[in-house]
Amino acid sequence: MQPFALEQGRDIADTIRRGRMPGTDYIAGGTDLVQLLKDDVRRPRRLVDLEGLDLDQITVTPQGLRLGAMTRMSEVADHPAVIRDYPVISQALLASAAPQIRNLGTIGGNLLQRTRCTYFRDTASPCNKRSPGTGCAAIEGVHRTHAIFGGSRQCIATHASDLAVALVALDAVVHLSGPNGARDVRLTELHLMPNDHPDIETVLHPGELILAVSVPAGAWTRRSSYLKVRDRASFEFALTSAAVALDIQDGKIRAARVAAGGVGTKPWRLPAVEQALVGAPATTATWQRGGRLATAGAMPLRDNRFKVRLLRATVTRALEQVGGEA
Amino acid sequence: MTIRNFTRREFLRDTAATGGAAAIAGSGGKAWAVPAAADPPVPTQHRVTIRLNGTERALQLDPRTSLLDALREQLYLTGTKKGCDMGACGACTVLLDGKRVNACLVLAARLDGREVKTIEGLADGDQLHPLQAAFIEHDGFQCGYCTPGQIMSAAGLLNEGRPLDEHSIREWMSGNICRCGAYPNIVSAIRQASGRA
Ligand SMILES: Cc1cc2nc3c(=O)[nH]c(=O)nc-3n(C[C@H](O)[C@H](O)[C@H](O)COP(=O)(O)OP(=O)(O)OC[C@H]3O[C@@H](n4cnc5c(N)ncnc54)[C@H](O)[C@@H]3O)c2cc1C
Ligand code: SF4
Ligand code: FES
Ligand code: FES
Repeated sequence: MQPFALEQGRDIADTIRRGRMPGTDYIAGGTDLVQLLKDDVRRPRRLVDLEGLDLDQITVTPQGLRLGAMTRMSEVADHPAVIRDYPVISQALLASAAPQIRNLGTIGGNLLQRTRCTYFRDTASPCNKRSPGTGCAAIEGVHRTHAIFGGSRQCIATHASDLAVALVALDAVVHLSGPNGARDVRLTELHLMPNDHPDIETVLHPGELILAVSVPAGAWTRRSSYLKVRDRASFEFALTSAAVALDIQDGKIRAARVAAGGVGTKPWRLPAVEQALVGAPATTATWQRGGRLATAGAMPLRDNRFKVRLLRATVTRALEQVGGEA
Repeated sequence: MTIRNFTRREFLRDTAATGGAAAIAGSGGKAWAVPAAADPPVPTQHRVTIRLNGTERALQLDPRTSLLDALREQLYLTGTKKGCDMGACGACTVLLDGKRVNACLVLAARLDGREVKTIEGLADGDQLHPLQAAFIEHDGFQCGYCTPGQIMSAAGLLNEGRPLDEHSIREWMSGNICRCGAYPNIVSAIRQASGRA
C-alpha cells in the first residue's frame, strides 16, 4: 500500500475542496476502497474521510424515500418503512455481502464500488479499466461471471452492486454536490458503458460527492422483490439477479419496473420486459414471456452463455413471486 | 548489541516482513501496475484514543494501519485472527460500537473516540461469556482459527435481536467461514446461547 494522508473536512464544502485535489479519494465505509488500496489498484495520495458529515438520515415521506449517502447498508435493510414500502431495496441489501460488511458499507460507497473482475483487482494482469490501453485479460480469459449486456471490445466487467439494480428499477435519483455546485442525476445515467473508456465509470466530476439517493413513491414499490442467483447460497456476488416491482389491479398489470444484476456492465434496466408486461394479465404465461424478453440483445461469450438461460429463469421466477400465479 | 528474547510472534512477524520485502522487490518491474501518484506524501502519524474492551488506549498510527493490525501488532491482542485480510472470511470480526465489523477493512486512524470489543474482552473475568461456554459445550470448532471471529460475530448477531432458527443463524453467520466445516456445532452453540436451543 502506497503512503497516503488521511484528512477530514470541516463540512461538506471543505470536504469537496479537499476532494477535488488530484490524487484524492473519498473514503466512506472503506470496505471496497481498503481492498483496492491493499491490492495497489488504487494508489491515492490523500483520503478524505466522509464520516461525521451528517449524511446518514433515512427519510420516508408520501413523495418517496431518501437515503443519505453515509447510511449503512444494514440500517437501510432493517428500516421498518423500507421493509414495508420498498421491500426490493431491503432484500437487495440483505442479499449483499455479509452482516459485518453491511455494518460498515454505505449507500454511496455501494453505488460506486468497483467491479469484481479478478483481473481488474490483480495488478499483474492487463486491464483497460485499471490501466487504460493495456488490454482486457477477460475477453480471451476467464469470463464466466462477466457481462452479457453492454460490453465493448475494451471491457466486459459487470457492475457488482445488488442495491443499484433495485434502485435503478425504482427510478432512483442521485443528489450530488461538487466544486461547481449541486445537481441531480438519474441513477440510470450515473454509470457509463465501457465503450472505449472503461476506466471512466461514472458521470461524476472530480471531487463530486453523493449526498443522498431518493426513490419516488409509486403504486408498485410495495409489491416488489429481489431475487439473486449465485454460486453459493449466501455471501457471494450475483451470477444473475432480478429486481421486480409491479402494480396489479383486478388481475391486470398497470405498471412494471424490472432490472437485472450480474449481467450488465452497469445496473441493467429491462424496458422491453416492462413494456410487454403493462396491460397484460397477471398470469404464468405473462411471467414467462417477460423472462424470455429479458435476454433480447444479450451478447454472451464462450464461458458465460449459461447466463442467458439463467437470466430468463431468474426474471420469470421473480415476476411470478411478485405477481403471483394465476 | 542488545540480545533480545524473540517471541514466536515477533519471529513470525519479522520473517514475514523479510519475505514480503523480497516479494515486493521481485514484482518491481510489473508492466501493468497502476502508476503511483507522483510525490506520495509522508504519512503523518495519527494519534487516536479508542475504548478497547472497556479501557482507554492511546495509539499512534500510520493511516494505512488496519484495526486488525493495530490490535495484533501494536496492542498484542492476537485473539483477533487474520485469515484473508480482505473482508471475505470473518476471522477478524470485532464489535465496533457494539456492531460486528471486519477489522481488516477498517483504518484504525479513523476510530478516534470509538469503542472496540475483541474476543479478549468478552468474558467477565474468569466467567466465560455464554457464547464461549456454548462453543466449548457443543464442540463448535476443530482447529479453532475461525473461532474468535465466529464468537464475536455471534455476539453481534445476538445484539441484533433477530429471530434465530437454524436457517437464519446460517444466513446471519454467512460472513464467517470455517475451513474445518464445524458449522453444525457452531449453529447449535449459537442456538443454545440465544436461549432457543
Ligand atoms: C467480501 C465482500 C463481499 C461483497 N459482496 C457484495 C455483494 O454480494 N453485493 C454487493 O452489492 N456488494 C458486495 N460487496 C461490496 C460492498 O457492498 C461494498 O464494498 C460497499 O457497499 C462499499 O461501501 P463503502 O461505504 O464501504 O465504500 P468505500 O469503500 O468507502 O468507497 C467505495 C468508493 O466510493 C467512493 N465513495 C464512497 N462514498 C462516496 C460519496 N458519498 N460520494 C462520492 N464518492 C463516494 C469512494 O471514494 C470509493 O471510490 C462485497 C464486499 C466485500 C468486501
Ligand atoms: S473485463 Fe474490464 S475490468 Fe476485467 S480485465 Fe477486461 S478491462 Fe479489466
Ligand atoms: S481477515 Fe478480515 S475478513 Fe478475513
Ligand atoms: S475451526 Fe478450523 S477454521 Fe473453523
